[in-house]
Amino acid sequence: MERTVVIVGGSVAGVRTAQALRSEGFVGRVVLVGDEPEMPYDKPPLSKQFLLQEHDQDAVRLLTRDAAERDRIELCLGAAAVSLDTEQHQIQLADGRRLDYDVAVIATGASARRPPWTTSSGVHVMRTLRDSRALRADLEREGPVAVVGFGFIGAEVAASARTRGREVVAVDPLENPLGRLLGPEIGTAIADLHRRHGVVTRFGQGVEDICGTAGGLRVRLGDGSVLEAASAVVGIGVQPNTGWLAGSGLDVGNGVRADEHCRAAEVADVYVVGDVARWYHRRHGEHVRVEHWTHAVEQAVCVAHNIVHPDEPRAYEAVEYAWSDQYDWKVQVAGRPTACAHQVLVGEIGGDRPRCAALSAMPDGRLAGAAVLNWPKALVQLRRLLGTGGGHDEALARVRSLL
Amino acid sequence: MPVLKADFGLCQGYANCIDAAPEYYDIDDEGVVVLLREEISEAELPVLEEAVRSCPVSALTIER
Repeated sequence: MERTVVIVGGSVAGVRTAQALRSEGFVGRVVLVGDEPEMPYDKPPLSKQFLLQEHDQDAVRLLTRDAAERDRIELCLGAAAVSLDTEQHQIQLADGRRLDYDVAVIATGASARRPPWTTSSGVHVMRTLRDSRALRADLEREGPVAVVGFGFIGAEVAASARTRGREVVAVDPLENPLGRLLGPEIGTAIADLHRRHGVVTRFGQGVEDICGTAGGLRVRLGDGSVLEAASAVVGIGVQPNTGWLAGSGLDVGNGVRADEHCRAAEVADVYVVGDVARWYHRRHGEHVRVEHWTHAVEQAVCVAHNIVHPDEPRAYEAVEYAWSDQYDWKVQVAGRPTACAHQVLVGEIGGDRPRCAALSAMPDGRLAGAAVLNWPKALVQLRRLLGTGGGHDEALARVRSLL
Repeated sequence: MPVLKADFGLCQGYANCIDAAPEYYDIDDEGVVVLLREEISEAELPVLEEAVRSCPVSALTIER
């Protein structure tokens, strides 16, 4: 009998699961449920090329109607899932429809954490195409942009806003905010890059309050000083979208808990993929949740395989990998680059376009992770070594040989 | 016979293709993809379809 797979979530994890099911030879029905009314789109360009007006919305689509038809992916868009009944094998949608499934895939992703300040306009988050459209239009105005939170999203938005000619002030409670993700040296180098491009940084300062409206915002910092801004963008992390699973019996503390094969704990026939998944990572020996694009794509392939070949399930233990593009710099991160306090830097970190890698080690001498600046070839080697459990010394030797 | 193609101008050196299919893709010193093989068999398609879809900027295609 033909099986039906219902995938809840129309972003990269969901779309790639649907496509990978066909690549794996799945012949049953594939239904893709998405809460947004528009065709699935890709998120990485939203803080970069889309804001810079280099890409229009057609360029960010993950799936066209033709491609969906070709792969027989039934689209159910503009329909939020509101509950999962694992006993009846049914998913209920906000419009009252109930979808029967043989296998359900939870791919509902995560949402931008909302700022706690109550302003009626001018304060943005950056997560959805709608968010990016609103900010893109707002960047037409004059006046400074306050970027609150200087992680990858904040830094990319700062670079895009600056490139579009806006004054930018970046605020973050940490003295070296990107150092938390990349290690102190590369974190400092990127902050310097932003300052060279004219971004004003107010690091080591939290935001106490934002008031006013678009064009006339007042951002009050921890030291009592006030920044005048026309727009503000708040990038303070995300929260997994698990609200609809309350009452499903699933464990949804910080994402849906799943085993090493990405099967939801405690219930049958439910898989979890992407930002919303907190699965058991065998190599790390713990449950982890990862918010990277590549993770969503790789986990989707694994989930599709496990749905099609339930008797030969694969454990998912990919190496974490993320990138960020700011101005003409390329930042790439693999594994856990800040796993230890001590990183070893290879290459040259000074100058206009440095090329270097910072490598961290595990206590047992294996490579834990690396942050790489403008050096994709080194990244390839490091990522490979991380996958095979290579040593820190071996990694240093290999990367040095590329110099 | 399916043929692997790459848009070298689009490639940004994200290197996901190399991770997914190291016998077919590599990277040069400038961080641009290198095709190690171009002609592939039908049996190799599933792996390469995944590799092509792992490119964040859609720089890779398979021509049939």
